[in-house]
Amino acid sequence: MTAIPTSLAPLAVSSPTGRAGLADAVRSEWAKFWSVRSTGWSLAVTALAVVGICVLATSTGHDLVPDPTRRSLVGFFLGQLTIGVLGVLVMSAEYGTGSIRSTLTAMPRRPVVLGAKVVVFGAVALVASELLAFAAFFIGQALLSGSGRNHAALGDPGVLRAVVGAGLYLAVLGLLALGLATLIRHTAGAIATYAGIVLVLPIIVGALPTGLDNAISRYLPANIGLTMISTGGGHLLSAPVFSPWTGFAILAAYAVAVLAAGCFLLVRRDA
Amino acid sequence: MIEARGLTKRFGDVLAVDGLSFDVLPGRVTGFLGPNGSGKSTTMRMAMGLDSPTAGDVTVAGRRYHDLPWPLREVGGLLEANAIHPGRSARSHLRALALSNAIDRHRVDEVLELVGLTAVAGKRVGKYSLGMAQRLGIAAALLGDPPVLLFDEPVNGLDPEGIRWVRTLCRGLAAEGRTVFISSHLMAEMALTADHLVVIGKGRLIAEMPVAEFVARSSSQSVRVRTPAPERLAQALGPAKAIVVPQPDGSMTVTGMVAADIGDLAAALGIAVHELTPVASLEDAFMELTNDAVEFRGVS
Repeated sequence: MTAIPTSLAPLAVSSPTGRAGLADAVRSEWAKFWSVRSTGWSLAVTALAVVGICVLATSTGHDLVPDPTRRSLVGFFLGQLTIGVLGVLVMSAEYGTGSIRSTLTAMPRRPVVLGAKVVVFGAVALVASELLAFAAFFIGQALLSGSGRNHAALGDPGVLRAVVGAGLYLAVLGLLALGLATLIRHTAGAIATYAGIVLVLPIIVGALPTGLDNAISRYLPANIGLTMISTGGGHLLSAPVFSPWTGFAILAAYAVAVLAAGCFLLVRRDA
Repeated sequence: MIEARGLTKRFGDVLAVDGLSFDVLPGRVTGFLGPNGSGKSTTMRMAMGLDSPTAGDVTVAGRRYHDLPWPLREVGGLLEANAIHPGRSARSHLRALALSNAIDRHRVDEVLELVGLTAVAGKRVGKYSLGMAQRLGIAAALLGDPPVLLFDEPVNGLDPEGIRWVRTLCRGLAAEGRTVFISSHLMAEMALTADHLVVIGKGRLIAEMPVAEFVARSSSQSVRVRTPAPERLAQALGPAKAIVVPQPDGSMTVTGMVAADIGDLAAALGIAVHELTPVASLEDAFMELTNDAVEFRGVS
């Protein structure tokens, strides 16, 4: 390594007009998102969880299935964990590795950085989740009908809404996880908080006296998710629930609120 | 050009940077010197928009970092070599940075070539040595061909050849008319690399002057003496209140007496002297100036 040059040709193209903006940040975040192994792994594990549990849930037994659509989509309750991990890592890995400093010196307007992450991760999570929802639905229904049990068709009442809803649910939860990581900045802390919200909170609320349980449980992301993936809108729950689309609006509001709080702190705190 | 005006940063009760004002001009290498914990990195981070000042301001090319339209094309920063995701390859890291500032992808290969990482550009950065990570950090800083460069401890972890390379690179960049601002706690390295110095201690400005002037102002000049009878001469110098420090190469460093007096004394005693060289080191000058401004000191 004796002949390392020490001077560099100037940039062929001089600075473009305007300033670096969201489009540039999105291109950069897209390249970053796909250039680490955790992305492929998280998506693969999410697919395995959603499809694998669907196969398990629909290929065994000979009972009457109360809601065949929901039966084929139950894997989403495990998939919400793995997509959440990916959502957390998109932001927390920047702090864990120190790369946030590279990111913010390249794009010092921090809301633009967060916006680009939301666009890139949100788009990938939505496309992946919808693909998985339809895949799980068709695989599950095929297995149910193969064993001679009752099954659903996409044109049946509430079915398309439940399948699309399953994908939306997963994508929005992923964004909620991204927002939590922006607030908390630590991978383990953000994943623990996220898992606490989607998994532990329903257990705690379920243990409350019925009156309190009925008042609170409809607001929990997991119960909103259950209504979204059910063709009947969650009439199987004992406590009252929101309609699927009202629930989705509430879930989206959670994600927006957490992302907004994260953005506020991202701008205020030293990196 | 970099301008700091009354730059102040407080972390809780600790005043890390305290009313710092200085200018870093283009066309020369400006060394940023200070003991550990004196506020160098914090100052660098404020200049790069990562930390916000408690008071005062620091601008690059007349603007706050936040307001630069294409930051990587205007400022190249090296802040800690580990500011890179270890799971990403060097090429992926640089490509992502290039995309964020609309820099052509061919430029990535150019800077990789420049820092000598072309052969390992596809390897995950986590497998890099500290020296390689440091080279990658410098490649990232040069990506946008910026007129201003800020390097925080650029020779950290580099082998002697790498240190020489950074020195040549920095001098070359300054000769092209760029503003080059390098922090270091290695005074000897600064003596070889920098033209101008900004010296701080406990977050305050101690000196801002050319390197030569900084050294000349040092009162504790010492003399390198080489003699076949070091013990006899050392004994003779003792009563004259000179401090004699034997060096590993067989010479000795005498502080507290000028060269002529040492020579006269040796002649009077009939001791042969093979070398008598006055040496003023940047290190000594630095120690003298920052003596009161060292945050942490071992008990001696």
